[in-house]
Amino acid sequence: MDRIPILKMGEHLLVTIQVDMHDQIALNLQDDLTNQIAKYKAKAVLIDISALEIVDSFIGRMISNIAGLSRILDAQTVVVGMRPAVAITLVELGLTLDGVRTALNVEKGLDILRTALKR
Amino acid sequence: MTNVALVLPIQSSEDIVIARQKVRELAIKAGFNVVNQTKFITAASELARNTLDYGGGGYLTFEELINGNKKGLKLVFEDQGPGIDNIQLAMTDGYTTGKGLGLGLTGAKRLVNEFDLWTEVGKGTRISIIQWT
Ligand SMILES: Nc1ncnc2c1ncn2[C@@H]1O[C@H](COP(=O)(O)OP(=O)(O)O)[C@@H](O)[C@H]1O
Ligand SMILES: [Mg+2]
Repeated sequence: MDRIPILKMGEHLLVTIQVDMHDQIALNLQDDLTNQIAKYKAKAVLIDISALEIVDSFIGRMISNIAGLSRILDAQTVVVGMRPAVAITLVELGLTLDGVRTALNVEKGLDILRTALKR
Repeated sequence: MTNVALVLPIQSSEDIVIARQKVRELAIKAGFNVVNQTKFITAASELARNTLDYGGGGYLTFEELINGNKKGLKLVFEDQGPGIDNIQLAMTDGYTTGKGLGLGLTGAKRLVNEFDLWTEVGKGTRISIIQWT
């Protein structure tokens, strides 16, 4: 499988990253998300990484890229479900996900968006 | 006591995925806790990507270590690429000659118990990392 499915949830898009991504899948995801944010005028992208056992700087860069693309298209990015061990590792790796909000799970992510988008 | 378990090629991004899975499997077998496992796999992922992207591909050798009642895992990443011209610069947070974040080498060093780098311009690069339980 070379593509990660993107789920439309109302005004938001949800991607659940499950596979141990290799480069092409990551690049396809960026393209697909850009297209769909524009197509559906999505207000936010939720990226569920609860299945990811690690986040290295390659995936970190991809998440930052998605956040950057989203911002240009006027959508927010929320990363949900980061495992505690992954969070600890990211700090030591020195990776800061600038411009990316995080939430414990999809539900909490939607709460954040509800508040943020009300303004 | 050491015991060479395995050698894997690092020639494509699929190989990085396979290498990561093997590191995870052996880290669990050695009895690393989840945080230690995660740190070690992440470091391995960074170094494997460097081997592929900058070294033009190479090999990853696994060794299982035992020291008293501690178990360890040693990974050696080796390539015959261009080598690293300025090690000090390469070992600086944020320095990249590619389009990365420049955190692979420095980050990997912070994430493991032991980090050893050998490189020679025109000959290649060999980096070994060790994590203990
Ligand atoms: N195996 C290697 N062979 C040659 N150069 C390397 C190798 N690994 C790392 N380097 C050099 O060190 C730099 C820093 O590497 P790293 O910290 O992983 O950051 P990044 O991968 O984001 O560039 C690379 O940009 C590259 O110039
Ligand atoms: Mg790197």
